[in-house]
Amino acid sequence: MSDTFFLNGKETPFKPGQMILDAARNGGIEIPTLCYLKGAAPTGACRVCCVEVKGARSLMASCSTPVTAGMEVFTDTELVHRSRKMIVEFMLASGHHNCLMCEANGNCRLQDLAYYYKITKLQFPEKEISDIYPTEDENPFIIRDFSRCILCGRCVQACNELVVNRAISQGYRSAKSKIVTGGDLPYHESECVFCGQCVEVCPVGALTEKKAKGLGRPWEVTKIRTTCPYCGVGCQQWLHVKDGKIIKVTAVEDAEPNKGRLCVKGRFAYDFIYSEDRLKTPLIRKEDGEFREASWDEALDLVASKFKEIIKNDGPDAIAGVSCARSINEDSYQMQKLFRAVIGTNNIDHCART
Amino acid sequence: MVGTNMSEAHPVASTFVKDAVLGGAQLIVIDPRRTDMVDFAHLHVPIKVGSDVAFINGLMNVLITENLYDKKYVESCTVGFEEIKKKVMEYPPERAAEISGVSVDTIREVARRLASVKPAMLMYTLGITEHTCGVNNVMSCANLQMLLGNVGFECGGVNPLRGQNNVQGACDMGALPNVFPGYQRVDNAQVREKFMQAWNVQSLPEKPGMMMPTMMKNLTTGKVKAFYVFGENLANTEPDIHHVEHELQSAEFLVCQDIFPTETTRFAHVILPAAAWSENDGTFSSSERRVNRVRTASVPPGQAKPNWWIFKEIAKRMGHEWASNSAQEIWDNEISILAPSMAGIKYARLENDGIQWPAPSEDHPGTPTLHKDGKFTCGLGVLKAIDWTPPAEVPDKEYPFVLSTGRRLYHYHTRTQTGRSQGINDLLGEETADISVQDAMAKGIADGEMILVKSRRGEVKVKARVTRQVPEGLVWMAFHFREACANWLTNPVYDPVTQTAEYKACAVRIDRLT
Repeated sequence: MSDTFFLNGKETPFKPGQMILDAARNGGIEIPTLCYLKGAAPTGACRVCCVEVKGARSLMASCSTPVTAGMEVFTDTELVHRSRKMIVEFMLASGHHNCLMCEANGNCRLQDLAYYYKITKLQFPEKEISDIYPTEDENPFIIRDFSRCILCGRCVQACNELVVNRAISQGYRSAKSKIVTGGDLPYHESECVFCGQCVEVCPVGALTEKKAKGLGRPWEVTKIRTTCPYCGVGCQQWLHVKDGKIIKVTAVEDAEPNKGRLCVKGRFAYDFIYSEDRLKTPLIRKEDGEFREASWDEALDLVASKFKEIIKNDGPDAIAGVSCARSINEDSYQMQKLFRAVIGTNNIDHCART
Repeated sequence: MVGTNMSEAHPVASTFVKDAVLGGAQLIVIDPRRTDMVDFAHLHVPIKVGSDVAFINGLMNVLITENLYDKKYVESCTVGFEEIKKKVMEYPPERAAEISGVSVDTIREVARRLASVKPAMLMYTLGITEHTCGVNNVMSCANLQMLLGNVGFECGGVNPLRGQNNVQGACDMGALPNVFPGYQRVDNAQVREKFMQAWNVQSLPEKPGMMMPTMMKNLTTGKVKAFYVFGENLANTEPDIHHVEHELQSAEFLVCQDIFPTETTRFAHVILPAAAWSENDGTFSSSERRVNRVRTASVPPGQAKPNWWIFKEIAKRMGHEWASNSAQEIWDNEISILAPSMAGIKYARLENDGIQWPAPSEDHPGTPTLHKDGKFTCGLGVLKAIDWTPPAEVPDKEYPFVLSTGRRLYHYHTRTQTGRSQGINDLLGEETADISVQDAMAKGIADGEMILVKSRRGEVKVKARVTRQVPEGLVWMAFHFREACANWLTNPVYDPVTQTAEYKACAVRIDRLT
């Protein structure tokens, strides 16, 4: 038998071992899901991806059901939609999903599904406030709002299976279920290393960036792709920019080399550029040793004339310079060109050796 | 992994190593400290600081005596086997064990494990290079991987993880005293001719210039009058701060170009304010030789200007008009024209994922793996006989501890950036001297107690962090915080070839303050 199955009646190819969700995606059918996380083992936790499989006793979670040859899968039936809608209604009642006040408003998979299924009022009573774990916002970067957590487990999978920092897991049972760190400590007292991968994969507003709070809604920002300014890995980032200011940094999904991952510095240490300490004007040292502000013309003229004087008196090799291994290639190119072609010396180096 | 604290210094790279372990790969961590990656390792080999060459020679001794090396690869892809064999025969496991402090059995086990899989990947960071024998350490890594037949394959090879985002690029661009962009030598007349034409000048200097430590030394001799420091905080990053500051103080004319006032700009005569990351367009080149785009997101503050503009303006005032007027023009019209290995890389091709050089033409996809299938760029891979040499300064009665240094997760270098990013200081607000439980007990030092760490060059008062990460006899510190910066203590001695300083080993003493 060839490797095909029937997707809503249409013969569709699949790869052995592939789950229905993936095979359907390849076949052009997008199945909604909240818990599916690429690169991690499927858990079937949220059940939103349920589909009908001919011959099966019940609906199947498409993210964790392998396709078999000849299998007949239906993603668009009345039963499927009724079930999905009910699951979403249960989730909406599982906490307090008030989108108006949520940081994830406009970038929330649960909100998308509630909208898609035209849910206008809650079918089930919301969980009592007293039964919801209090929000944790003591650490500098990540807010954990348990009233919005749908226990999909994507954060746990990202932490344990993708970045493998092993800081969080599923804790407690039943209505008391909670995503916990070791000993259920707050993030900053736990093994957490603040890579923020949990925030990156959270499909709702349970985990959000504290520094971005209130600074801009998803539809107000422009996303600019760039490369992280810290170590030599070269992680690809999205800068979320509003009114010319970076309000948040996320990872570029599927990009080389980081494949949607960042570390604490790449994700959270971006705002140094807005520090009040920035050098804003050229400075020239006065006789008394203090610095005074100067115009670009004055500062550049001084540098050029001093260089010319030294070249004349002591030769070009009396000038030396080090370039910056943090700045762009084009800057290093220009500096070595200045030293070689203009000053006339090869005394140009940078910190690669130290 | 040799001499790499990857989960702190290159966290995202470490996630892929951890993924590989979850997927069934074996991990061997060779490091004096029990770094976090040891949690994932099948074997942790805590060699003594500075014993890498002896340890690796010991591994190669086992590979050769037990006939475990890749004979076919060695014969067809390399030269120098007889010499290296003769040399490593001087390092039987017993001798390697004595020098490196790990057992003979461990040396044999590492060698056998390495020979049992193919390919095996070797990754290193500054634990290999920041020694007076740094070049020898690197060549030893290459020797080992060639002997195992692992060079030239995906998931094999010798992989240095580079410290700064663009240290690869700064090298590629010729911010080095002996090469033009694309590693074309300045003492090659043909190359100089090409650059003279491109840059429209009558001559170019042919004698390689000074390396940074020599430049700084010559600030005190008067041989170097003017020193131009672009984006480096040398007063904190270089070994022996007292001496470094004396050198900077001695400059007749010091120009600093930076985004913040730093400990180094205090010595400047002129400070030029530069645009920062995300304030101009450009490219960075990563550890894997991948040229990635950097894009503008916000405007520089005040009158700060792009660095390339500043250099262009100085050139203009010295009688040179440069045509290129943006980073893209500089790359597309100059760099990619002049550096053959990057000829195929143009901004238009860098919209999404970057390209790994060499990419000699515009239809070339880039080169993820060098020396493919053991076909070395230089012809045959050179196996080189190397002797072990100890660090320049070893512990003695007066200074009985080894000090080794590095970076911690939450900060980056001298904190000019991370120290000004809201929240980071909350996670790590001060320096510590990491010491072993045994030494803490012997000295009566409590975790968190302020202690004095002293070397022949300086002393710092710093909080002791008593940790099982550090073996007995070792003190480990970073250089993120000015007051307790490790570089008040480190030894300004250098590898003779690269002039890389021995940040990883010097002798100190530790004392309680009361």
